[in-house]
Amino acid sequence: MTVRHRALSPVRLAAIGLTLVVSLVTGLSGQAPLSLTLLSRDSRRSIPLTVINEQEMVALDELASIFQLSVREEAGAVTVTSRGRTVVLNPEQTIASVAGRMISLPTRPVRQGGRLLVPVDFISRAIGPITESRVDLRRASRLLIVGDLKVPRLTLVTEPLTNGHRLTIDAAPQTGSTISRDADHLMIRFEADALDVAIPALPPQPFVQAIRRVDAVTLAIDLGPRFSSYRSSTQSVDASTRLTLELLPAPADAPATGAPEVPAATPGAPAITAAPPVDLPTFGQPTVPIRTVTLDPGHGGADAGARGAGGLTEKSLTLAVARRAKAALEARLGLRVLLTRDDDREVPIDARTAVANNNKSDLLISLHANASFRPETAGAAILVAQFPDEGLARELLEPHRVPVFGGGLRDIELVLWNQAQIRYVDQSAVFGDALLQQLQPRIPLHARALDRVPLRVLASANMPAVLVELGFLSNSEQEARMGGGEFQGTVASAIVDAVLAFREYLRRAPEGER
Amino acid sequence: MTSRRLLLVGGVAVLVLLVGWVLVLMLPGWIAPRQSSAAPATITAEPAAPERKIKARLFFVAADGSGLTGVEREVTYGADPSAQARAILEAQFAPAEPPAVTAIPAGTTVRGAFVANGEAYIDVSTDIVTGHPGGSLNEQLTVYTIVAAVLSNLPAVTGVQILVDGKEVDTLAGHVDLRQPLVKNPAWVQ
Repeated sequence: MTVRHRALSPVRLAAIGLTLVVSLVTGLSGQAPLSLTLLSRDSRRSIPLTVINEQEMVALDELASIFQLSVREEAGAVTVTSRGRTVVLNPEQTIASVAGRMISLPTRPVRQGGRLLVPVDFISRAIGPITESRVDLRRASRLLIVGDLKVPRLTLVTEPLTNGHRLTIDAAPQTGSTISRDADHLMIRFEADALDVAIPALPPQPFVQAIRRVDAVTLAIDLGPRFSSYRSSTQSVDASTRLTLELLPAPADAPATGAPEVPAATPGAPAITAAPPVDLPTFGQPTVPIRTVTLDPGHGGADAGARGAGGLTEKSLTLAVARRAKAALEARLGLRVLLTRDDDREVPIDARTAVANNNKSDLLISLHANASFRPETAGAAILVAQFPDEGLARELLEPHRVPVFGGGLRDIELVLWNQAQIRYVDQSAVFGDALLQQLQPRIPLHARALDRVPLRVLASANMPAVLVELGFLSNSEQEARMGGGEFQGTVASAIVDAVLAFREYLRRAPEGER
Repeated sequence: MTSRRLLLVGGVAVLVLLVGWVLVLMLPGWIAPRQSSAAPATITAEPAAPERKIKARLFFVAADGSGLTGVEREVTYGADPSAQARAILEAQFAPAEPPAVTAIPAGTTVRGAFVANGEAYIDVSTDIVTGHPGGSLNEQLTVYTIVAAVLSNLPAVTGVQILVDGKEVDTLAGHVDLRQPLVKNPAWVQ
């Protein structure tokens, strides 16, 4: 038998080489393709996403097969039909008609490779209404929940104690849970259909080796060598349930503090204690100084903010950085992070501050990009609130002694709601300085790198708050740099490190100086 | 007819002539200035009096873009603080001659200026919002151009409240709080 080897032509060789290079680069980058996870009663599947101009897009034909939609295109318009209801969209426009009502989309549909891609918001704004399904799009965790499923958002905070380890899990909306011990693991099973959770990276520690997800509704804590027993309690905090779990050493291992002895839980048995243990944190006085951070991506919707000559808008840049910072804060510090907007929409200034106030945030960071009448101006800046009559307002902070009904006196503080930030201005400056220290070696800073300005969005914030100007979009060199993922990732890392430093400052500072 | 009666008739005749002289010749002269202000065409024959000017400091973006620089210019004299504030801001809002760069968006006009109890209320056209390029630095430069122009030239005024199209606004471009009068901020003037 004769085997003939065909000689490879130069063109084929070049193609193979190119394929290898592309494969190598893709493999080295380690970036999994972006996708949206669809959860429904019947299935769990992945929907590929494509990022175009910083907008996450999904193929319309993919959605048609999932939601059993009929799609036809004629005279330049695309008609999507389900159960007699229609969506009409024009690939040239950012608006669509949904069952006769107009909606806006963050970007217009895009044709790519023979497919029509629509922004992911199209799912919740257009497909949800015509299919009459409950569609919950969670962009931060890239979850698409279809139908009446209970998928609580979990926020995990771990905290080493002097002699033990505390794990706090906030579940929103309120969700019950059961804890059981299985050899070297504690299993926490939530009464839900699935979980929306980002588990923070945790280096192995004496009491906790790792936290991982076992199945759709169960988390497992891999226990460390010093673990002997645990105790837990649950509390309702606003619309969420807080599960506090303390991992404890053997009694002989514990220092003689005179504390009551805690019986070890029976393996395999639920171990939710009937009453909260004596040394668990009291409600309203958390021992971790920072649990919740609100990030405010400036501008949005019709208010694009500043715009660079290259087309980069302040609203898109701030949203991209906010998403990165949220992911980093959740993953590295296990904090609960809220965004005042997670898509391209206009949010009134008061509503932005209200997100932070109503969720009892411990820190508010408003993200912006600057512009200058002089194109050469460059550099980031951190702004802290200033008040025209700050001296008078600070005097009002001093307690006023007033008579009360029935006799006696009572101390009250008079703080105008739109000057709530005055109480926190000093702490805001401390955090601003911490962020400045983190940004200084990483990105260029403006001549007024830390400044006081009467800023509307910070004035009524009832917690430490700063506004960060990332750089100048009016400077073409800065615009090009800020649009890149490297810059945005650098800023996100600096924010995480600054929050960490600020948390340490609050821990060390005496109560009266906080 | 007695001489006494003749004297009386003569006196009455003199009085009538005097009243007629006043009505016909003097009265038009007395009311002439009012007529000239109502109908300028009547005085076009006379040369116009030179407009009275005063020196005032106007503010432009500093070379490094991070603050404001004061420049002395002649502006129209205003008879009272409100008129003077308006005249100063009209000069401030005029297009800047290069190399000066103004922080006031093109097309912005002064709709009104009112000074009372040490505070100036400055009403400007919506062009200041619609034409604003954005950015908190630019917004501060715009706001403090107005504040500095008023406070530097009218020492009796201590606060400036900016109105847009006759209404109070939260901000011009999403950053600087304009809900209450702003006071002098020397940090902005280099």
